[in-house]
Amino acid sequence: MQQIFGRPQGLTDVLQRYCPGCGHGVVHRIIGELLVKLNIRERTVGIAPVGCSVFADEYFNCDMIQPPHGRGPAVSTGIKRTRPNCIVFSYQGDGDLAAIGTAEIVHAAARNENITVIFINNAIFGMTGGQMAPTTLPGMRSTTSVQGRDIKKQGYPIKVCELLAGLDGPYYLVRTAVNTPKNVIATEKAIKNAFVNQVDNKGFSLVEILSMCPTNWGMTPVQAKKWTDESMIKYYPLGEYRNRAKEGK
Amino acid sequence: MPHVKILEEVCKGCGLCCDGICPVNILILSPGRINSNGYHPAEVTDNSKCIGCGYCFKVCPEPAIEIYK
Amino acid sequence: MAEKKLMYGNHAMVEGVIAAGCRFFAGYPITPQNEIPEYMSVRMNEIGGVFIQTESEIAAINMLFGAAAAGKRAMTSSSSPGISLMQEGISYIAGADMPVLVVNVVRGGPGLGNIAPAQSDYYQATRGGGHGDYFTITLAPNSAQELYEFPRLTFELAEKYRNPALILADGLLGQMMEPVALSAEPVDPNTLPEPPYALSGCRGRERRVTRSYDLKAGHLEEWNWRRNAKYAQIIKEEQRSEAVSCDDADLIIVAYGTCARVCGAAIRMAREKGLKVGLLRPITLWPFPKNSLLALAKTAKDFLVVEMNLGQMVDDVKLAIECTRKIHFHGRPGGGVPTPPEIYEKIVEILGGA
Repeated sequence: MQQIFGRPQGLTDVLQRYCPGCGHGVVHRIIGELLVKLNIRERTVGIAPVGCSVFADEYFNCDMIQPPHGRGPAVSTGIKRTRPNCIVFSYQGDGDLAAIGTAEIVHAAARNENITVIFINNAIFGMTGGQMAPTTLPGMRSTTSVQGRDIKKQGYPIKVCELLAGLDGPYYLVRTAVNTPKNVIATEKAIKNAFVNQVDNKGFSLVEILSMCPTNWGMTPVQAKKWTDESMIKYYPLGEYRNRAKEGK
Repeated sequence: MPHVKILEEVCKGCGLCCDGICPVNILILSPGRINSNGYHPAEVTDNSKCIGCGYCFKVCPEPAIEIYK
Repeated sequence: MAEKKLMYGNHAMVEGVIAAGCRFFAGYPITPQNEIPEYMSVRMNEIGGVFIQTESEIAAINMLFGAAAAGKRAMTSSSSPGISLMQEGISYIAGADMPVLVVNVVRGGPGLGNIAPAQSDYYQATRGGGHGDYFTITLAPNSAQELYEFPRLTFELAEKYRNPALILADGLLGQMMEPVALSAEPVDPNTLPEPPYALSGCRGRERRVTRSYDLKAGHLEEWNWRRNAKYAQIIKEEQRSEAVSCDDADLIIVAYGTCARVCGAAIRMAREKGLKVGLLRPITLWPFPKNSLLALAKTAKDFLVVEMNLGQMVDDVKLAIECTRKIHFHGRPGGGVPTPPEIYEKIVEILGGA
């Protein structure tokens, strides 16, 4: 009897406190698997953000640091530049990366900093209770846009992959989702690329993952999975926005 | 033969693995069982049909699923 | 004999940082400290260190957080408005018990203020500066020689106590040229031991976690009490000051940095007239050299605190000697620098005669 799928060694035994159906867990599992499969766990330093995944520092079975809100790319830079042999990944949500940490992510990308960024886009502030995020869709309800996001007053969502693709710096930018087995498999591939790029000293890789937040979306996990297809993916098209490897670089 | 094992105490009963993901349709949320966190965990109806594809595992956020062969 | 070189204070500081074995600098341009990153960029390039010109002071301090957590000596320099931006990061670094070196070349404020020398950030430096209960070790050099020597001392203190540390300078000290005796034995960074908290990958050991939060009931309070015990030890063991002509003094002037230089000249004028005036120069602003002041309060009748601000350190002097002696204040805010005759007049006003 051989286990072909199970909890990876790259995760600790701590049970995750995310809500039922939350996408964080799937992404954690993928990273946990890759830390082992790529044989990098023992030289990896992970960065946990401020947000629901602040507790990621308990969940990943590698060295971890928990910096101020949005500053993951700067902290990553400090670690990577002083310990170039370490594999450094910054795990960030949409408030962390696309609101308060906009400057840090843009400049880390512009420097083509040799780090891996995992960006969870669930279009809402989770930890604080469902407020509007920079990625909240037009018309989408949140606790600070109860009538739905009004683009006249609250502006448009930020499309991070498209934004960063405007820079010459980044090596790899891709958007995936985790709502179906097919999308999860694409996410596995993308995150693997993002780590391998760093191992190969290629530079800045970011995987934007459309993730479900059933609790703050006010849906069941199954409804949230469908809504990801119907609304999120429609607004945030999946696919590669930059892949220098395919340009032979 | 492949078979799937649900870690009942880890499962949060989100139901993502039960929603038409399984090609042989052997996963349901248990109508009768409740784990110590108060969730109805997923349940395997007929393990002999499992093909070991891993789809249920891939969408499981915990992961509360193990697959053996 | 150590080699002596005529150097700008700011350049001496850079050489001191390198002699301390630091190979990581991140910072954002701001006057009046630009000579530090400019010269640092050249020197780090020469010796294979890391120099990063950041997008903001916020990014700079967080790069230091990363480098320090990775177990390496790391420093930034900035000036008052930039240091304000760094406070979030300094609070997290203090909360995570990490050693970093932050240099504040203080300028006139508040707001954009001006670029003239000032000591208006004394409260910010000695009261923690950001949110939460914490303190930063703070040193105040008053010469190019000390600008050269203090980075090493500050790193050693920061690492000994696992605490962020500041050096407070100003544009006058930084742009003054003075002879500096260079260390014959600079620190080779490769010989520095890996600290027990260093994030370096968990090969052959348990994984390590650096954080400033603890949500379990009672744990954070416990953690803060432990940190308080560390602060108590620093206050007990690390007070530093310099006393000049204090033994027979009726009046003790308390001043640090540039102000202490100016006061030195005023005291010489007063001594020529037979006035018994001495200088107590705090070298550590936090911990404040309370013990030296208490000792002097046994013999001196009056204290005069001279600062380039509206009166900040004067509070610490009052707290130190518990107002058992008369405490006078002379200050120049907004980039004003007191002159020796101006201080001499104040001395005469207090002691009478002459």
